Amino acid sequence: MRRMLLAIVIVLLLGGAAQAERLIVSVSNHRVTVTPNYSGEELVLFGSVEKDATTPADRTAYDLVVTVMGPRADMVTRRKERTFGIWINTDYRQFLQVPSYLALFANRPLDAITSPEIARRQQIGLNNVLLTQRVSGDFADVVPNDAFRSAFIRLRTQRGLYREDGSAVTFLTPTLFRTGIPLPAEVPIGTYEVEIKLFANGAFIGKTETAFEIVKVGFEQFVATTARQNGLIYGLATVAMALMTGWMASIVFRKD
Amino acid sequence: MQLYLPIADLPVNVFLVLAMGAAVGFVSGMFGIGGGFLMTPLLIFIGITPAVAVASVASHIAASSFSGALSYWRRRAIDPALASVLLCGGVTGTTLGVWTFTQLRALGQLDLMIALSYVVLLTTVGSLMFSEGLRALMRTRRGALPPRRTHNWIHGLPLKMRFKRSKIYLSVIPVVIVGIVIGFIGAIMGIGGGFILVPIMIYLLRVPTSTVIGTSMVLTVVTMLFATMLHAATNHLVDAVLALILMVGGVTGAQFGARAGQKIRGEQLRLLLGLLILSVGIRFAIELVIQPSDLFTIRELGVSR
Repeated sequence: MRRMLLAIVIVLLLGGAAQAERLIVSVSNHRVTVTPNYSGEELVLFGSVEKDATTPADRTAYDLVVTVMGPRADMVTRRKERTFGIWINTDYRQFLQVPSYLALFANRPLDAITSPEIARRQQIGLNNVLLTQRVSGDFADVVPNDAFRSAFIRLRTQRGLYREDGSAVTFLTPTLFRTGIPLPAEVPIGTYEVEIKLFANGAFIGKTETAFEIVKVGFEQFVATTARQNGLIYGLATVAMALMTGWMASIVFRKD
Repeated sequence: MQLYLPIADLPVNVFLVLAMGAAVGFVSGMFGIGGGFLMTPLLIFIGITPAVAVASVASHIAASSFSGALSYWRRRAIDPALASVLLCGGVTGTTLGVWTFTQLRALGQLDLMIALSYVVLLTTVGSLMFSEGLRALMRTRRGALPPRRTHNWIHGLPLKMRFKRSKIYLSVIPVVIVGIVIGFIGAIMGIGGGFILVPIMIYLLRVPTSTVIGTSMVLTVVTMLFATMLHAATNHLVDAVLALILMVGGVTGAQFGARAGQKIRGEQLRLLLGLLILSVGIRFAIELVIQPSDLFTIRELGVSR
């Protein structure tokens, strides 16, 4: 099965642009199902760097950066300030279509892989990933040390939804690599894009992409979907449930 | 046993929530109130967002009040005419309340408003009830008679109506206004409002004690059911799984609470309830004043798939 997948990937990649190196990757599971008692899981991404005739002979040490991006969503970050002695949400920033899950993995510290300028262009590191904000009618990302931006990243990191790890990718041989993609219990459902970027001696030399999907199954998911899509019916059902419970209780505990 | 709550989006221990429901149910059975003002803060305390807590508790209160109302109905302790006039106001108030709730949520001030309303309402009602209970207790110690009830300005209002079962002749204006106010704060704060409604009906509207609790329960049932519907249809915040666990715990606890309540004297009950309400209010006040551990919060505005 795995071999077949690999073969398909190879065929697909052969049709791609001719580059000095080719990246061949696959994830251990393209469809993750989250059940009610799901408490986190780890996907494995593995692949290899394929050299061809045009590859310079002295190029042996590769660096890899794997970026996993979950479904995009609009989010609001709010800041509390003390006003009249109590803490009130005063200021806010809206983040537009930012990944709900974001993980950056590499084989060594991200700032050691390439120059700051290439890192910025290739969005290497949480500080360099594009997080578009609405700034007074304009859409732009801000400087990495912006209070709202860093608070946003900090809060997402605390929940395990944003992460950066400079030692998660391991090279099994000089060209064969693997990395784990941890998916916490509260992982958002949807399509996840995986981007693998290859660097050699600080220069960006190529990338490839893959994807996987996270779906929730079970009764809880059914309830959540119904609540969002058929609010009125859901409300009626809840009301009926409340009346039934109340009525049952008055029958069960009837004194006379 | 851990269970994942679909709307609140977090795993909880079923037995913890069941115990919370039973504890609040005990208190509510003891004092003849819905207990929303205790349940909502407790849920917020275990990590459920205030918005989901308020919306889900509404259906929990509806269930426990419905079982109460049924038994009052069998004892003919409900005034249908008074209940329907109250309901006219109650439904209007709930609609306004849910609309305000949605607006405040969009502005990011919902949590603050919930906390502020709790502080203001609970400290006021709590201290009034506490001092009244204290006075009543002193009176009985001295063996004095309770002060005689006299008519107040409310009984001079027009549009009077005869409420047969309660044996009162009263203007509908204050009744509708009381309904609106209770419905409004109920929808915003996730409380049935019984603990405010009963004193208002006794002291302001002079409704006799024989029909007051049953009639107020009818208002609670209908406004809370209506609030559940509106919260589910507009804000999608009602967690039915959470609500069901709370209901089961609540109705069971209420039965034992009611038995315990019969053993305690009325003044002492009011004193205790006042103290309880006051402490919940103070707890919210402290929370507002101390610096939160994190000044920033994130809210997702819906994932696009």
